[in-house]
Amino acid sequence: MIPVAALSPDGDFVTACYIVAFSLFIFGIRQGTHPSTARRGNMIAAVGMLIAIAITLSTDVIGNGVLILIGILIGTAVGVVASLRVQMTDMPQMVALYNGVGGGAAALISWSEFRHVTAGAESIPLDIFIPILFSTVIGSVSFWGSNIAFGKLQAIIPSRPVQFPGQHIVNGLLLTAILAGSIVLGIDHDSPSQGLYIGILIAAALLGNMFVLPIGGADMPVVISLLNAFTGLAAAAAGFALDNVVLIVAGTLVGSSGTILTLEMSRAMNRSISNLLFSGFGAVSVAAGEREERPVTSIGAEDAAIKLGYADSVVFVPGYGMAVAQAQHAVKELAEELQKRGIEVNFAIHPVAGRMPGHMNVLLAEADVPYEQLKEMEEINPEMPRTDVAVVIGANDVTNPAAKDDPDSPIAGMPIIEVDQAREVIVIKRSLSPGFAGIDNDLFYKDNTSMLFSDAKGAASDIAAQVEEL
Amino acid sequence: MSLMIEITIFVLAAFVGFEVISKVPTTLHTPLMSQTNAIHGIVMLGGLIVIGSADDSLEKIIGVIAIAFGTINIVGGFMVTDRMLGMFRGRDRKPKKEAEAETVTPGEAGQ
Repeated sequence: MIPVAALSPDGDFVTACYIVAFSLFIFGIRQGTHPSTARRGNMIAAVGMLIAIAITLSTDVIGNGVLILIGILIGTAVGVVASLRVQMTDMPQMVALYNGVGGGAAALISWSEFRHVTAGAESIPLDIFIPILFSTVIGSVSFWGSNIAFGKLQAIIPSRPVQFPGQHIVNGLLLTAILAGSIVLGIDHDSPSQGLYIGILIAAALLGNMFVLPIGGADMPVVISLLNAFTGLAAAAAGFALDNVVLIVAGTLVGSSGTILTLEMSRAMNRSISNLLFSGFGAVSVAAGEREERPVTSIGAEDAAIKLGYADSVVFVPGYGMAVAQAQHAVKELAEELQKRGIEVNFAIHPVAGRMPGHMNVLLAEADVPYEQLKEMEEINPEMPRTDVAVVIGANDVTNPAAKDDPDSPIAGMPIIEVDQAREVIVIKRSLSPGFAGIDNDLFYKDNTSMLFSDAKGAASDIAAQVEEL
Repeated sequence: MSLMIEITIFVLAAFVGFEVISKVPTTLHTPLMSQTNAIHGIVMLGGLIVIGSADDSLEKIIGVIAIAFGTINIVGGFMVTDRMLGMFRGRDRKPKKEAEAETVTPGEAGQ
């Protein structure tokens, strides 16, 4: 053991508490995979976290108690206020932000530990040195990448892919520079250069930015999930550097379960991870000049109410527009109004509708839409040809028939809700502007499609009022 | 702890992570991501450990920021997950309301 290195508390009691903590994490994640136990699972994991922190604070490795208190107080205040104030619609970017600070914490801890271990005269063993560098680089990439993801979802930076020629080369060079710098530091680990370390930190920050900027907003959920797994690995690496078993287990758990989640999400979008990360979704979209003016059928709330009121079956297809307009309650009221007339009402949930998988389920559950009315894509698509009216509420790309019909489309192969199969389609949308993928939607121009240009909330309550009067 | 034991733990934990996430309904993808996101806030422990041996004010500043970041990750992560999952409770109430409205038998409505 190296005396200069900051080491985790040891002793059987501390280790036993750590074992309890990570067991609770595993159990909590397991419970999180079932709807009925998910909430309890989250509580259980939180208890594990509390145990791990409390036992660490009680040991004698702890110093600078006032500073620790300051850090914890600031962190708790920010965390509590942000979580309580965030709108349900903004959850995805909130998760991105929390993930980013986690990665930032890993990078900062590694930086501090690097300064600390290199201050002594002794040489630093590679099994501490390598994890420190790994945690620095991955943590930094995760911090900056998550911030970009947050910016894109919050529309602070353009959600469309930001690309320039030679991008892959620049990224490759950055990665090479990081690796080369790390190797130089490793060879010279008796007296490593602080400047070179900072250089690696900066290069990793640049890489984090450059890695997420070219990816379109529609793919952000998968990117956040991937960065989540990254942060887990950075935490695990910090555990190696600090000889801390609970960091290793918890970090690795998140790393591997996060990888599986990422793969499941990209499978739901029918896109391979490499395609998603390196192709720049939507970058090949039609240029503005090429987009031809095509006629659309525009209707008002009254016409929509008539179409809906005299239908036998109606399927609502919600998307991000519903989330933005906070229209879930109005939509629910419209659905109830239709049901009063004996109309069969269902909601078609595309796996990636909104900004995150499950986004629509959360919103509709908030509005008390009965669970039985929420149909997954595979379940509802065979029903579509028998559906009288499909109402698309602020959804776009997930209904675009180009995914099926046009092999050259950037979203070719993505599974869609086949609303074009329904007898009639009403699209509630504020304008004809393209969706997150930045491509035009052929659905809007079909003969059986009517466009209702309005925000989702206003339109839903107007139609509901009109249906009531029918 | 020897490096080899640490690597053993790492590999086993990786497999546990792979296995524990199997067949997750799409609905739970976001909450589950958010929950695992909160769990990696455990890295905050590293901040608690390194700040104790901070040598200069730069290391102290880095340490405080790291602890604050880690705490935001933990507190925010678990709270946001809880809020998301809290939304699903409405589902349990709903069928009961409908059962009451239909009132097939008084006994059923009463339960």
